[in-house]
Amino acid sequence: MAPHDGAAHTPQLTARWKRGQSRGVGLGRGVIDRSHIGWRSKPAHVHVEAGQLRLFAKATGEKSPIYVDAAAAKAAGHRAIPAPPTFAFSINLLAQTAPSYLEVLGVPISRVLHGEQSFEYFNPIYAGDVITISTEIVDIYAKKNGALEFIVAANEAVNQNDELCVKLRSVIVVRNG
Amino acid sequence: MADATLLTNAPVGAALPERTYGPITRTVLALFAGASGDHNPIHINIDFAKRAGMDDVFAHGMLSMAYLARYVQNFADASALRSWNVRFVAITPVNTSLICSATVASRDAGAVKLALRARTPDGVETLAGEAIISLEEAPGAPA
Repeated sequence: MAPHDGAAHTPQLTARWKRGQSRGVGLGRGVIDRSHIGWRSKPAHVHVEAGQLRLFAKATGEKSPIYVDAAAAKAAGHRAIPAPPTFAFSINLLAQTAPSYLEVLGVPISRVLHGEQSFEYFNPIYAGDVITISTEIVDIYAKKNGALEFIVAANEAVNQNDELCVKLRSVIVVRNG
Repeated sequence: MADATLLTNAPVGAALPERTYGPITRTVLALFAGASGDHNPIHINIDFAKRAGMDDVFAHGMLSMAYLARYVQNFADASALRSWNVRFVAITPVNTSLICSATVASRDAGAVKLALRARTPDGVETLAGEAIISLEEAPGAPA
């Protein structure tokens, strides 16, 4: 998850976290306010840039020319450089939505782990597309007597032609212990 | 290009060839932070990671899933991938590699379900998941 500056906001959030735990709300049900279930971020509009896709290819060691070269992509039948399968998750992060949903929930970035991720595909995403995406908190639950909490977040990525491209579902694990 | 014949012919239970991705160096983590938009300092700043109670930085889960996406594309084009889900079952430390593997979990006339796994060279499983891959020509998909 992407804070704008993890070092800057974490002390305040961590203090809030400790206050929550000292009140004893950390036992059993966990710390996160369940009234955030159903919260939805304002939709963000993200330009899918070829340069960002090339950087993603470099970072992931991708060798296929369709992910870096528009001519190779078109020769393979694509209308532009396609976004690789997991890039829709990054589109949501690159939106740099402020506040992030973790900030809304008051969860320090230092305490989260990615637990699960799923993708369901409907239409491809290409360089040059403008993707509209928002985040909805669909569930929050605790395990291990509140030592671990789980945030389930869902996103839908829709392109500039109002075509649904990808549905995403994330489970984020929060370490309260 | 994907070797589609493997998926078309492999019976249920068959293991597909493994592939190794990485090494996941600190440079890779820095590049992936910028490329993916996940700027969580726990993956790139050892001072922050230690304050958070970790021994060192560790890899983004989505880096492993991106490697798994590359792996699946050995057997099918990305346009054939209908849906998939992974569980991040253990942290992937810095300076390791990931060995990706798959078995055919089930199949019908139109699609194959793969059970996917990733593990470190010392045998720690880090990801487990399933992918539904279409064997039919997707509408509007590249030839």
